[in-house]
Amino acid sequence: MVQLTINGIKVNAEEGMTILDAAKSVGISIPTLCHLKNLDPTGACRICAVEVEGFRGLTPSCAYPVAEGMVVETDSPRVRRARKTIVELLVENHPQDCLICVRNKNCELQDLSERYGIREHRYIGETKCHAIDISSASMERDPAKCILCGRCVRVCHEVQKVGAIDFTNRGFTSIVTTPYNKGLNISDCILCGQCILVCPTAALREKSTIKEVASAIYDRKKYCIAQIAPAVRASLGEEFNMPLGTDVTGLLVTGLRRLGFNKVFDTNFAADLTILEEATELIHRIQNGGSLPMFTSCCPGWVKYVEMNRPEVLTHVSTCKSPHEMEGAVLKSYYAKKMGINPEDIYVVSIMPCTVKKYESDRPELSHATMPDVDAVLTTRELVRFFKIAGIDFNDLPDSEFDNPLGESTGAAAIFGTSGGVMEAALRTAYFKLTGKELEHLEFEEIRGMAGVKEATVKIGDMNVSIAVVNGIGNVGQILDQVQNGTSKHHFIEVMACPGGCINGGGQPIHQKPEKVAKRIKVLYKIDENAKTRRSHENESVKTLYKEFFGEPNSHKAHEILHTEYFDKKKILRN
Amino acid sequence: MHNQIFENYHLKDRSSLIPLLQEIQSIYGYLPENALRDISDFVHVPLSRVYGVATFYNQFRLTPLGENVIRVCRGTACHVKNSANILYALETELGIKAGQTTRDKKFTLEVVNCIGACSIAPVILVNEDYHGRISVKDIPKILKKYQTAKKTEKVEKSEEVSQ
Repeated sequence: MVQLTINGIKVNAEEGMTILDAAKSVGISIPTLCHLKNLDPTGACRICAVEVEGFRGLTPSCAYPVAEGMVVETDSPRVRRARKTIVELLVENHPQDCLICVRNKNCELQDLSERYGIREHRYIGETKCHAIDISSASMERDPAKCILCGRCVRVCHEVQKVGAIDFTNRGFTSIVTTPYNKGLNISDCILCGQCILVCPTAALREKSTIKEVASAIYDRKKYCIAQIAPAVRASLGEEFNMPLGTDVTGLLVTGLRRLGFNKVFDTNFAADLTILEEATELIHRIQNGGSLPMFTSCCPGWVKYVEMNRPEVLTHVSTCKSPHEMEGAVLKSYYAKKMGINPEDIYVVSIMPCTVKKYESDRPELSHATMPDVDAVLTTRELVRFFKIAGIDFNDLPDSEFDNPLGESTGAAAIFGTSGGVMEAALRTAYFKLTGKELEHLEFEEIRGMAGVKEATVKIGDMNVSIAVVNGIGNVGQILDQVQNGTSKHHFIEVMACPGGCINGGGQPIHQKPEKVAKRIKVLYKIDENAKTRRSHENESVKTLYKEFFGEPNSHKAHEILHTEYFDKKKILRN
Repeated sequence: MHNQIFENYHLKDRSSLIPLLQEIQSIYGYLPENALRDISDFVHVPLSRVYGVATFYNQFRLTPLGENVIRVCRGTACHVKNSANILYALETELGIKAGQTTRDKKFTLEVVNCIGACSIAPVILVNEDYHGRISVKDIPKILKKYQTAKKTEKVEKSEEVSQ
């Protein structure tokens, strides 16, 4: 333990702790911009500067460790002046269009400007001028709003290990961009959107499709159907000041109906369907000597990553479409036929915690003739905005139930939204399919949680099935190496591109607190615990669907409608 | 063409990034995109970072040099002697900005901080020739001289230098 004084308060801090953390432990808040929890400090933005007795200059508190007897001032006139100047210089080189900005009232630069009472323009000069990168289907990059804190760069390189963007040029012309400033669409970017979650301003944001969805809703010819991903219900309440970890499923259904959707279905239904297809595919591969291990294919970011970086292992990826694409495909085939609606008139909108899903819904192979399985994808954040525009007072909505038959789901589907969930759900069904008996203990604790790679062996009948769960695309490298050089001992591997799974997806409400993610995860496990049925093969609507339409999992018809194919995209990047 | 240079370096060694960039540039005179991708694959550093390093340092170029390289001194002495106007005149005359190359690949225009010839400020350096105490009026004449110079003459000249 080290004893130091901060603003006259005696503080006991652990050795190696930074001044920033020590101050936080006694309720002193030091502003930060470039700082990211759990990553090495860079000390680049200097906004966290403090005065340490005996030091000549100001010290960045996020990067400086505490020492015995240190005397620190975090709010001296000198510190305040320095911080104010930093904020003023950032503000002057910023478009200052807060009123029409997507991050209005949710912007760290705006907060700092308010906190340090910036009331005049003291530094007027040349401001940077860059074009907005709208090349990708999922995201926009607006370098004019970038304050060069580097958080996106570090998340991309150090957490996701993708490295699509970096600082280029220097001095006044420096800009965070893709190689040759070619745009995200022709870079290594997998569009996971983790950079959006850490961006303090609106320099990174999703490409909004609210307008398209709104005009489809008002088009009388269109039959608009919404579907909600599991992770959305666990996080959307945060944006309406509900306590963390509130399950808002019922409110969401009502809200979407009031927006004008003809039907509101649950992506969880398709998650159950995915499990039946995927588990059957896995069993088929094990029994017939197919490519093993098999990877899950629910995460389009992961699929994009393999296509661009390791096309050699594409045969190992399950051919199942992701759940919301399955739901869309079933809506435009089975459901349309059953209800007597022309599938061309159906407009499917997926409410997703994800930015990559926007890109995914544009993929040509995920469509039937010229009709896409899913017409538009809205992120959680966009839906919040949509509710606000429509004047829906979310907090006061009554609960209501999903429409049927594509609204029924089991507990196994709910946990799709968190890392390890797809695996857990698949095991519950695979066990039944292989042994004919039901699994007694449904929880697989060893594959839950936030560890990077979670491995386990499950005894199914007389067979030991070896599984792995990769949490975050940055942790997938070693697993892929093993598969490529033939040393992998696994049978089934789940990969989610975002750390924590979809619950922490790039389309979720902006947050800076890892503990928020844990609370959202709890919601999903609680839904599973309280569900009447907790195994995907017990979903009555799915059973009916197979009876009336597909026959059995992996049937010819199922392959046609519920499965897809992948392409080697490595070459595209290399001209 | 540049594959043999990798033989002298270790795979996945991040510290060889800058030496590799320098060697590639010494082969081509600039850094071609495909070479950057090869370096990225070799040292296991994302292309974005390789590109970032290549654009950070002034010594690296991403486009081929023109036949003649004009370096305009913007050091203190030249600045006092109005080198800003010289640069502006050159940019207007050539129709390019500093750092760019003309379409016919005849001229590349660059700005340098000081070329150590303050006594003859304002000064520009065309290839190896110093042109000092110049004014805006002299620029068309200087450019014309290099515009008409034939490639063969230049080759002879550079051979002389190497001898």
